[in-house]
Amino acid sequence: MSMPEKLYFYPVWLRIWHGFNALGILTLIITGISMQSSVESSYFLGFNMIVNLHNIAGILVTLNYFIFFIGNLFTPNGKYYIVKPNGFLKRPLKQAYYYAWGMFHGMKAPFPLSEKKKFNPLQKYSYVIVMYLAVPTVIITGITLMFPEIIIDKVYNFSGVFITAILHSVMGFFISIFLIVHLYIASIGKSPLENFKSIITGWHHIH
Amino acid sequence: MKFSSLVIALILFCCTFGHLNAQSYQNAKHHQCLKCHSNQSYSFFNTVKNKEEKRLMNPYFILDTVALTHGVHKQFDCTDCHSSEYGTYPHSSNLKLEPLSTCLDCHGGDKSFATYQFEKIDVEFKKSIHYKVYGDNFTCSKCHSQHTYVATARTSSNVLEIVDYSNKMCLSCHNDMKRYKMVSGHENPKLVEVHDWLPNQELHFQHVRCLECHTDVVDSLMVSHNILPKEKALRKCVECHSANSRLKASLYKYQNLKMRSESGGINVVLANESYVIGSHQIPILKLTSILIFLLVLVGITVHSIFRIIKRK
Repeated sequence: MSMPEKLYFYPVWLRIWHGFNALGILTLIITGISMQSSVESSYFLGFNMIVNLHNIAGILVTLNYFIFFIGNLFTPNGKYYIVKPNGFLKRPLKQAYYYAWGMFHGMKAPFPLSEKKKFNPLQKYSYVIVMYLAVPTVIITGITLMFPEIIIDKVYNFSGVFITAILHSVMGFFISIFLIVHLYIASIGKSPLENFKSIITGWHHIH
Repeated sequence: MKFSSLVIALILFCCTFGHLNAQSYQNAKHHQCLKCHSNQSYSFFNTVKNKEEKRLMNPYFILDTVALTHGVHKQFDCTDCHSSEYGTYPHSSNLKLEPLSTCLDCHGGDKSFATYQFEKIDVEFKKSIHYKVYGDNFTCSKCHSQHTYVATARTSSNVLEIVDYSNKMCLSCHNDMKRYKMVSGHENPKLVEVHDWLPNQELHFQHVRCLECHTDVVDSLMVSHNILPKEKALRKCVECHSANSRLKASLYKYQNLKMRSESGGINVVLANESYVIGSHQIPILKLTSILIFLLVLVGITVHSIFRIIKRK
């Protein structure tokens, strides 16, 4: 049985989306931390510039998100994000076991990538959570924070704007954590840079 | 014995009733001054024409009786401050020229008002743009109407109410062409245009006082009263939008609000009506996020070490 050595995993639209998204999210994280922790940001950029930059990056990432959303809706790429109930917990746990123990003890990757399977279960779950839960939440809360007048004044005794802002920051924080883990996991491959090359060229090596 | 008690009770009743009748702002119709000064029009008997006449009241002399009954000076009657000669109409023209008591005339050096620090306020006020422009003619009452003033900032626990009350004092002139021009000699600049650099202008106007940027923070005073001109006003966002927010030394300095902001935890900030980017940090969330971040870093480091050792 012959297996192709290289698979064209990442179509052009997806790579452009991914690159653009990466730059946008990085800008949002840096400006977001700067605003929230109120580091004396005026040393390099004034607070209002930081806020403007955060707003602009937020709008661009939102528009970009629709490319991802529509792309996944109308191209075959969407199928990689469908979570199946079969082995709902068992499969990602197996992958986690592989990362934590198996890969150091001669175990083969439990879910080798193929044309049908672009993500391992753990990867799939985290992408689904980030792209279909966390990112939409930051987008919605972010847009409402841009127009605070539309937010409900009080939710019980809580300020509506405050709750929205907290939700926005918490989700933003988890996206930042995702980014760190995402970058690290991407370095696990035949060589640490292999996966980074793949997302630029579109071709993935199968071993 | 019974009779004398009755007499004393009667005397007391008369005194009390008489006293109330003289001072009751609530019963404006029967108050000697307010029966005219709380209405749009007033009637009087014109002795020259020998007939009853009705005229319009000067709108600047119409008093809000509801506000009057809630003001800090509600226990005083009009003639405690104004001449008793105002009791007759037409009022003598000389009366207009009589000097009225200033705040310091009554409150200066009074120990029972020591917490308000009137003397210190006066020193600070003399540095302000208001004093520079209008000198001694810029009296306290330009902002703090003696008739209706309420110390909202010290009593209210609602930030928005404090902000609204304070800003209305500024706007009573700065948003009123006639009053502004009388003091400054020129027309009032349009506030919306002057502040067009300020993002979310409306929200800022609703949630913070003009004073936050237009006064110097003086630790010993609640509000320094050294009102700064446009050029010297604060224009640096991070002064408020930071963990060490200036608002803590100004708007949230009041003990009534401070209680909330220092008892810690999430309820504090949630109870406030506003959210200030950067200054509303919840210690528990901050700690949790730092811990998660460190755990991730530790995990990655340990994993990397194993990868290097195992050459994976």
